[in-house]
Amino acid sequence: MNLLEIKNLKKYYHDIKGEILAIDNISLSIEEHEFISIIGTSGCGKSTLLSILANLENKSDGEIIIKKKNFKIGYMLQNDSLFPWRTVLDNCLIGLEINKSLNQEKKNKVINMLKKYGLGDFINKYPSALSGGMKQRIALIRTLAIDPDLLLLDEPLSALDYQTRLALSNDLYRIIKEEKKTVIMVTHDVAEAISMSDRIIVLSKRPSKVKKIYDIKYEKRKTPVENRKEKEFEKYYNEIWKEIDINV
Amino acid sequence: MFSKEHLIYLKKRKKRKRFIIAIQLLIIISFLIIWQLLSDLNIINTFLFSSPKNVFNTLIKLSKTDLFSHIGITFYETIVSFLIASILGLIIASILWFNKTSAEILDPYLTVINSLPKVALGPLIIIWVGASINSIIVMALMISLILSVINIYNCFLSTNNNYIVLLKSFNATNMQIFRKVVIPSNLNNIFNAFKINISMSLIGVIMGELLVSKKGLGYLIMYGSQVFNIDLIITSVFVLGILSFLIYYVLKLLEKHFFK
Repeated sequence: MNLLEIKNLKKYYHDIKGEILAIDNISLSIEEHEFISIIGTSGCGKSTLLSILANLENKSDGEIIIKKKNFKIGYMLQNDSLFPWRTVLDNCLIGLEINKSLNQEKKNKVINMLKKYGLGDFINKYPSALSGGMKQRIALIRTLAIDPDLLLLDEPLSALDYQTRLALSNDLYRIIKEEKKTVIMVTHDVAEAISMSDRIIVLSKRPSKVKKIYDIKYEKRKTPVENRKEKEFEKYYNEIWKEIDINV
Repeated sequence: MFSKEHLIYLKKRKKRKRFIIAIQLLIIISFLIIWQLLSDLNIINTFLFSSPKNVFNTLIKLSKTDLFSHIGITFYETIVSFLIASILGLIIASILWFNKTSAEILDPYLTVINSLPKVALGPLIIIWVGASINSIIVMALMISLILSVINIYNCFLSTNNNYIVLLKSFNATNMQIFRKVVIPSNLNNIFNAFKINISMSLIGVIMGELLVSKKGLGYLIMYGSQVFNIDLIITSVFVLGILSFLIYYVLKLLEKHFFK
């Protein structure tokens, strides 16, 4: 089922020196339960696309068509932004508090999610007591607590060291699949994108356009870390690497 | 329970702390002894510089009459202007946060008022408000309120933007952002602004009392200078020092209690 459609999206940024076209005519449709990654060089406007979808910025032109009523979007920022004055549980409940939809049932659901994903012992701890990987998992659960129809991930792993990043890509993937979520993830890490996504959208340099779309297919799809060992992985990696302009 | 090394570490820490307190006491005691010796040996003129003994005697004499009502008045004026400056400062800073355009419009005015030496307004305040406790409180407010507004507003502005973006992604209203992020993330800073308010209020109150009053420590200092009673002036300054130290100490205890 088609969950969301972006048609001819454009975004200009204005400042005193003039205007900059950040996004030029992007069209994209997103299927339910799909995991899409958007990659491109830094500053190509991929985060801008997420901000527009999350309603944090206005689009200049184009359409975003959503068929479902009460469509909820969960936005996970690059940095965990957990509030140090709130416990892990209270941090996860913030979205529900803001939506004014917090009740005992939803609270229990969040508690169960925390327990299920290995954070049961930390429910009443403060974020300062936790490792970077744990914080990122909590940030994901905080986003999932409002039960979003679409999950936007803005470089969710980039603030972590390599080991944690690998391990966490498995964790995030598992959580997302078990909760049956549709995802758009922005990343600059080609390997991460190939190991996790169903589809990869390569954006050009600013002004960003859709340069190429890859359907990622594995003979047997496993966890992200396992996928990295498959023969398809290498093939996609070489193809996509060539497609991105990297000018160092 | 602990390793030997840890016990030595704890002992060293304790020792260091004791050493610092001992030196602190030594400084004040030797200062008083030298001062007393110099005046006993007639090297300094006690009529101009007083002496610890004279100060002590004045303190005893005053405490039998009206010392505590003077302290009480100064304390009362300070607390009242502190409370008004803090509460009003918090309210005005909040209004400015909600309405950033008005903050931008008011900015040059706030800057000018803040940089103006408020003593210059003393005579006007006395004429407008009258020679009473009220004019002293107004004068203290002049000094503390604007600073309080600026300090609190700036700490509101310095709120971590990631937190705000996060709440916006949940479609939070401005009120929700204010209540759930701006206030809780700035409690510490607000308390610091309050600490500055209390010292500013005390400065304002003493200034006001020097200009116009019939009671209070500032009045005692002024009276002492008019009748050329140096003992009285130094005693009042000494009491004032203790008062401000006590207020500071209470705030520090409160801070420890609230922000462990």
